[in-house]
Amino acid sequence: MERTTIDLWFGAFVLTGFAALLVLALKVGNLGADRVNSTYRVEARFDNIGSLKVRAPVRSSGVLVGRVADIRFDNERFQASVILALDTRYGFPKDTGASILTSGLLGEQFVGLDAGGDEKKLADGDRITITQSAVVLERLIGQFLFSKAQEDGAKK
Amino acid sequence: MLDRARRTLVRLGHNFIDNVWRVGAMTRFFFILMVASGTSLRRFRLVMREVYFTGVLSLIIIVVSGLFVGMVLGLQGFETLQTYGAQDSVGVLVALSLLRELGPVVAALLFASRAGSAITAEIGLMKATEQLTAMDMMAVSPMARVIAPRFWAGVISMPLLAAIFSAMGIFGGYLVAVVMIGVDNGTFWSQMQAAVDFRYDVMNGVVKSIVFGIAVTVIATFEGFDAPPTAEGVSGATTRTVVSSSLAILSLDLVLTALMLRGDY
Repeated sequence: MERTTIDLWFGAFVLTGFAALLVLALKVGNLGADRVNSTYRVEARFDNIGSLKVRAPVRSSGVLVGRVADIRFDNERFQASVILALDTRYGFPKDTGASILTSGLLGEQFVGLDAGGDEKKLADGDRITITQSAVVLERLIGQFLFSKAQEDGAKK
Repeated sequence: MLDRARRTLVRLGHNFIDNVWRVGAMTRFFFILMVASGTSLRRFRLVMREVYFTGVLSLIIIVVSGLFVGMVLGLQGFETLQTYGAQDSVGVLVALSLLRELGPVVAALLFASRAGSAITAEIGLMKATEQLTAMDMMAVSPMARVIAPRFWAGVISMPLLAAIFSAMGIFGGYLVAVVMIGVDNGTFWSQMQAAVDFRYDVMNGVVKSIVFGIAVTVIATFEGFDAPPTAEGVSGATTRTVVSSSLAILSLDLVLTALMLRGDY
């Protein structure tokens, strides 16, 4: 097949375009790097999840160990049921506690795991029983004002 | 007074009907184009030639403006984010605004004015000098030989150009934020990588730019094909290509964004 300059330019153009896409995928989008390859799922129930979203990170000691796979509302217990997909490389004791934390003052919310001391490990389908809900700023301020008013009333 | 009002109304109505006619004709044109595509895709060399003229020759403007847009985003973003002490997130701001909006939209606007106008002028002149009629006489379909290769070239080059634009823009933002201002290199990239989702942000941008590529090339080829075969007609058609494809890009962008962002807020 004869070769022309157009072929060369076309090839160079397409290669540049795909190189740009590859850079966007790997360097910018981080495709592949923190891919959690095989996971096991555990459930945690919270009274209030704040603004936790699906795909939010799950961290233990600040290290990414999984992601939030699903968030549902349990209509029998009237609680939020959060499914966590944890990396199989990390095992956690049965009495591990889950709490919803915020990164920074106004950052995104994530699930923090605090390992317990049980010898048995969490397995697929287990439930984390020790949970702590998200801190709702308005409630905190409300409680603060309420206790302040009580103090003032006691002084009089 | 009454006569003038009457004439204005007549002109308005005429313009309106003309535009409705144009939309209908463009839809028919698009279907004929699809039918004729098979022949031109089998002779892929024709498409490659057009990719050279519309895509490769647009590279300079895309690369340079991507770099500058990214640098401006870096500067402006840093200035504003600094007020909230969040200057480390400048990478996130640059990457998300480029990948989701500015990359596809600005690249498509540049493409419309750089390549779309050239397509219209070329086809319009071919029609004015009766080259298209001559082809028809020789039983060569102008749709398959002239129009379809230009259409497919646009559809192929547009997403690649948009990706190059975004990548250059992010590089420009990196130059300003990290090299010039001194945001930490590691923070810049890691915050960006944590916030950008491949499927949600990168692929949606690619989908957008494919749609824009279709819109721009259909408008450009139609306007050229439809141009009155005079010098004035060709110049009017070229202007109309740039105006209506820019409007089409911006309005399609709103629709696509609304479709893609559903339920994530």
